[in-house]
Amino acid sequence: MTMPAPQPAALGLEIQVSDKRRAIAWRLQFMLVWLLILAGLIAFVLFTIKLNGKFLVTVIPFILGGAGMTILVSFFSIAMAIILASLGALGRLSRNPIANGVASFYVSLVRGTPLLLQILFIYLALPQAGIVLPELMCGIIALGFNYGAYMTEIFRAGIQAVPHGQTEAAESLGMNGRTTFMRIIAPQAFRIVTPAIGNDFIAMLKDSSLVSTIGVQELLWKAQAAGRPTYQSMQTLIVAALVYWVMTIVFSYVQGRLEKGMASADRGKGSVQ
Amino acid sequence: MQPNTLSGPSGSPALGVGDLVHTMHPAEVPGALVKPGAEPILRATAIQKFFGLNHVLKGCSMTVYPGETITILGRSGSGKSTFLRCLNFLEEPSAGVVEIHDRRVISNPLAPRSKAVKEDIRNLRLRAGMVFQEFNLFPHLSVIRNLIEAPVHVKHMPVAEATELAESYLEKVGLIEKRNEFPARLSGGQRQRVAIARALTMQPDVLLFDEPTSALDPSLVGEVLKVMESLAHEGRTMIVVTHEMSFAKEAADRVYFMDEGEFVEVGPPEQVLADPHDERTRKFLSRFLNI
Repeated sequence: MTMPAPQPAALGLEIQVSDKRRAIAWRLQFMLVWLLILAGLIAFVLFTIKLNGKFLVTVIPFILGGAGMTILVSFFSIAMAIILASLGALGRLSRNPIANGVASFYVSLVRGTPLLLQILFIYLALPQAGIVLPELMCGIIALGFNYGAYMTEIFRAGIQAVPHGQTEAAESLGMNGRTTFMRIIAPQAFRIVTPAIGNDFIAMLKDSSLVSTIGVQELLWKAQAAGRPTYQSMQTLIVAALVYWVMTIVFSYVQGRLEKGMASADRGKGSVQ
Repeated sequence: MQPNTLSGPSGSPALGVGDLVHTMHPAEVPGALVKPGAEPILRATAIQKFFGLNHVLKGCSMTVYPGETITILGRSGSGKSTFLRCLNFLEEPSAGVVEIHDRRVISNPLAPRSKAVKEDIRNLRLRAGMVFQEFNLFPHLSVIRNLIEAPVHVKHMPVAEATELAESYLEKVGLIEKRNEFPARLSGGQRQRVAIARALTMQPDVLLFDEPTSALDPSLVGEVLKVMESLAHEGRTMIVVTHEMSFAKEAADRVYFMDEGEFVEVGPPEQVLADPHDERTRKFLSRFLNI
């Protein structure tokens, strides 16, 4: 007995349907896991504490007020870090021993010491040298200085990732070093490092909580201030955690959209032979 | 003209390239596009290059008259690309002099490059347009912006004027309809033709081609060679490093054959390709004749 030859079109359809069914099943299980863990956590919290609605109603707006400060600190710090990292990367790639020495010393020192120590140093130690700055300024400077060092290495790698042929082409057209860098290398390097800048901004949103230690009234500071006096830190810290989490998800989403937009603007993906 | 009397590293008398080439002024060669009594547009004298202790160019000289097309042949690794890259100092010669039109740069790798020397090299490069094996178009710029970037930002040409010039060259390479396309959307052959137009838009005295078809799919080689041949026939001065024998045969006024960092044979393509005097040239060419 010979088997009837399968209809190719029907087989293709059958595979497609079964693949889709499997994909849906996978997604359902995946979401179920999230829901279960979340429900477990909520149950734990409810068993541990007595939910005081009145307290939450007063405390949530107070804590949310700190989110603005968190974003402000992160924004100015990342701006400062980008400027420092641009200079740092140029220094690290410079043939000038002074520029290279300064840049690599900066990177080594900052990456070799804890961020918290750097924040405290600027706030507590610099006044001994007669430099007294407001807390907010100290926080932004410390975070910008710290992230600038890490981003220096990212920017350096980004610049080095631009193929050497680009420099050769620019130079063969008579461009000097400055024009070559500004018009040919930097725009390409910038596209390479944009995702990393986004990642660092999201990391900064969370690391900015460290400046609560010097009294900058951002999210974590407010959560602590609200929870401590009445011994209800569980409630306030959970609220702060949720706000951080939501912010992270939102900015990750925005970042994803921006990257997608840039990729399509680049037109570099759809290669035609 | 005075032949270059060079001696090789071992003291052996190197080939007197001048003797071989210019027993006849190129203008006297039948069919040559060189105007009688023309002065050389490019002169490279005794170019040497070391990579570390590896002596890759052992004193190479070349004189090119306006309108000539020179083809440099030779095995991979013989130093022909390095020689070409020395002509516009993308590779700094370890010793030697390069003159293009009114610019003359004497290589001095022992001294740090001063501002004046950098400016000299930059001006030398303005007189030599380069076409690379890997095209090296600027991927973040559209075709037309690739072409006008240097005229506008190096020569400070008004954008409208540069654009007009660029469009005329895009027309010449047959890609005017790709004016606003990005390089990634072009085929290899189209990219290379844009690269040629980009070099032309700077209106250089000499065009340097570094294996312009080696990175191309065989089916795309023809369109690039066609553009290059038409440039050669309209009297552009070109120096072409290539493995394309057909181009050497069709378009070259003179063929230089390089082996182990020396020009071992120079002459019109009919002679060098059909009746090579040198044993190494003969050996190299036999591979192609068998096809």
